[in-house]
Amino acid sequence: MLDTIGVKSVEELFNDIPPSIRLSREAWERLEIGVRRPVSEIEAKRIVTEKLSKNKKLKMPPFMGGGVYPHYVPPLVKYIISRGEFLTAYTPYQAEISQGLMQALFEYQSLMAELLDMDVVNASMYDWGSATAEAVLMALRVNKGRGKVVLPANMNPYHKRVVEAYTWPHGVKLVYAPYNRETGGVDLEELKKLVDEDTAAVYLQYPNFFGIIEAEAKAVGEIAHDKKALFIAGVYPISLGLLKSPGELGADIAVGEGQPLGLGLNYGGPYLGIFATRFDMNLVRQMPGRIIGLAESKTGERGFAMILQTREQHIRREKATSNICTNEALMAIAAAVYLSMLGKSGILKLAEINYYRAHYAWRKMKEAGLDVEIFKWDFFNEFPVSFNKTGLKYSVVHDKLLERGIHGGLYIGDFYRELGETALYAFTELHFKEDIDALVQALREIVYGG
Amino acid sequence: MGGETVRVYRQARWSEPLVFELGAPGRVGIALPEVEEEVKKVVGEIRIPESIRRSSPPNLPELSEVEVTRHFTNLTQMAYGVDNGPVPLGSCTMKFNPRIAWDLSFNSGLDLVHPLQDERTVQGVLEVMYELQKWLANITGMDICTLHPAAGAHGELAGVLIIRKYHEVKGQLDKKTDIIIPDSAHGTNPASAAMAGFRVIEVPSAPDGNVDFEALKSVVGESTAGLMITNPSTLGLFEERILDIADLIHKYDGLLYYDGANLNGIMGYARPGDMGFDIAHINIHKTFSSPHGGGGPGAGPICIKDRVIDPERGIKLSDLIPGYVVVYDKESGLYRLKAPGPYSPGLLRSFFANTIPLLWAYVYILMMGPQGLRKVTEHAVLITNYFMKLMEGVRGFDIPYGKGRFRKHEVVLSAKPMADEVGVTAEDVAKGLLDAGFYAPTMYFPLIVKEALQTEFTESETPENVERYVERLKEISRIAYENPAKAKEWPVNTSVARIDVAKANHPRYVAPTWRVYVKRLKGEVT
Repeated sequence: MLDTIGVKSVEELFNDIPPSIRLSREAWERLEIGVRRPVSEIEAKRIVTEKLSKNKKLKMPPFMGGGVYPHYVPPLVKYIISRGEFLTAYTPYQAEISQGLMQALFEYQSLMAELLDMDVVNASMYDWGSATAEAVLMALRVNKGRGKVVLPANMNPYHKRVVEAYTWPHGVKLVYAPYNRETGGVDLEELKKLVDEDTAAVYLQYPNFFGIIEAEAKAVGEIAHDKKALFIAGVYPISLGLLKSPGELGADIAVGEGQPLGLGLNYGGPYLGIFATRFDMNLVRQMPGRIIGLAESKTGERGFAMILQTREQHIRREKATSNICTNEALMAIAAAVYLSMLGKSGILKLAEINYYRAHYAWRKMKEAGLDVEIFKWDFFNEFPVSFNKTGLKYSVVHDKLLERGIHGGLYIGDFYRELGETALYAFTELHFKEDIDALVQALREIVYGG
Repeated sequence: MGGETVRVYRQARWSEPLVFELGAPGRVGIALPEVEEEVKKVVGEIRIPESIRRSSPPNLPELSEVEVTRHFTNLTQMAYGVDNGPVPLGSCTMKFNPRIAWDLSFNSGLDLVHPLQDERTVQGVLEVMYELQKWLANITGMDICTLHPAAGAHGELAGVLIIRKYHEVKGQLDKKTDIIIPDSAHGTNPASAAMAGFRVIEVPSAPDGNVDFEALKSVVGESTAGLMITNPSTLGLFEERILDIADLIHKYDGLLYYDGANLNGIMGYARPGDMGFDIAHINIHKTFSSPHGGGGPGAGPICIKDRVIDPERGIKLSDLIPGYVVVYDKESGLYRLKAPGPYSPGLLRSFFANTIPLLWAYVYILMMGPQGLRKVTEHAVLITNYFMKLMEGVRGFDIPYGKGRFRKHEVVLSAKPMADEVGVTAEDVAKGLLDAGFYAPTMYFPLIVKEALQTEFTESETPENVERYVERLKEISRIAYENPAKAKEWPVNTSVARIDVAKANHPRYVAPTWRVYVKRLKGEVT
């Protein structure tokens, strides 16, 4: 190749790099990169496995949620997304050779559309937090001239921080509607006072951050629509086996986290930002992200294509609806595989298992004398447990659980000081009765000394 | 090559039904556990109020597990990735994704590790991520990295938000309104700058492929907040005046942002940190071999050159980083996640980072070592220049900008002569490549090249495959000039014939989901 190109050495090809910034081989190889030398597969496997073994082995999955949850990852899901034709493909810029990939993504959009009862779903955002932030930005474009967005104080506090970061450059007024201390749901009266003619959107998360099912979700949407603000609903997809869909509640935009649908926790990602809207071109044209649509080939066969691309950055540049390019396509396919496996009855059953396990834990904790009656409204699969009356810091409880190989819930006193020493406990299909019994027994011993 | 003909390619044509057209009522594809009897007894009935209880089950299809398996397996056979053959998409760096990294990341046991878990329980993964941060800092010549951003564009957003914070902290945000971006830039650059509330100023490229320095000088001034640039550029050319550009931007207290999409062209030879860049992102799914997954996931860490920016308040540039940074706490001997502080824009995603692709990159860098990474770049650059040489003089193609200059990791062909002379466009050429079992280059990008075919083979490609690719391009050229109508019929060997993209976007046809399609059939939407 060197002869064909007409150079004597490969280094010559780098002669346009100014000498003052060109690295010598010696200088480069002195840097701490890897173990400063190439290693074999076998050594790499040993090194990585040994390091990862320093993660603590727990007796059972953590009782921790807060937006992502320890759910089952079916081997079939992992197998399909490990197949090289999907795993190693790029974004399907060449439609004809990528029909299978596009069909899988179209099916993700379509399956999610049924779960949400929303007509248009994009091919993924990064995660729930960023999807929520993009939904807020979209609402501000749709309702141009309005500068305020009303969000519930009981939404996920991590999502709040994402929304705040994304909206900060645009001078948006974010207003948080308080939650009702008795029910745990958003306070409708207070919310009504905050929503006005300057409000571009109202957001509601259900179940909310406390795990509480927002029983008056529909009324929240009506309050938004009364002032011609968009209603954005944030969802936990598995709960939609039992709960009304965003479509049924009249949402204009739905967002959520696809992680529970067979993705795994993976210490932070990759996850799957769900993003949907109504089939109204005023909304669709402002939607961020990639969309796969049904198409036809020039010979009349059914096919698929990337559609409505004039919204996207590679065409519209600074006028695009978002800068998103690489998304979470493979995770969308994972969710599609899992939703196909679950089907109509499976999603209901999975929701019920989650509901039952959590409610069993609630009862058992109550019987054990733990303070679980923080809010009145029903919850889905997680709820707060207060340790205020025990005189114990939650960190002490947590440490003692950890000594027993159990990872307890998420401490939320930092986000909601009024709740004090309170932690959010989550339960899924992976927490069997004996796991829950062991947790309750451990908590009983820690709090009441046996 | 000795008269060898192009391999015949035949993609599967399954006419695979949509998942909604499969299955039968009552089928389920997974055996879920039953709720324990005692659990049911203790809990009793589900008490969700009617106001929020779903009234009818979602209209999901009902398939058995074998049906699901076959359906998606058949779909994979109508897709194409690096595992199938060359994917020379320019600026995408579609290199081989080694299975050892798949094994160690997909089977890492992190399925059940929650991102908010007690740090003491995740020391293993934190140590790995800490080391990766350090390696990336060394590779880029920067000081501190965060692994938080989920993709390149997400890293860009993180970077321009840092630029915004920088000017805010220095009390000069009201006048720092502009981000300057060359006309050869990726679309994500201007889109990210706009998301961070900046005005985008575009500067042209000169015929030699460098930024037109005089034009740049004319737009840099007091309003300059920063400059975003890709180096090597999307033309595959190293920006020769990068040090002058950095001086110019810094003179006006702007920050220099490095788009790392093309790092594969200089890795081991030059580092953004040494070129004067303040912030850089890295595309883990490009340079560091994590697979692209048909569009994602990737990861887009950003690295910065740290320094004190406000001595009075003791604020450093690193205080402005969004998201988490893994730190090592000597006192406790523990790795920790440092949450964003008061001067950070906050979080750009709910939790830590795209850990699985990052773990993949860790394995890749570990196995390569510095020696291997430098060879990666050498081979990527060598194969690109080999390809360019082989394409010289092929009828119908031109290689605009930077005449006589070597390319780095990619080269942009133009099919403009062919399009002008016989009406065969870059798109037609791309479809002709598909027919030979090759993926096509990035089409119609960069925007400054007409009928562009931006080609990047990466170090993974063998010279034989590149030669075959060139043979096919020559054949395409011959057919285009002999019988241009034939080129319009391509592709014929893929699972479908050419897709009518215009129709798919027509308001009377557009169907983003099955649900909308069904409504159309029923006349419920028009």
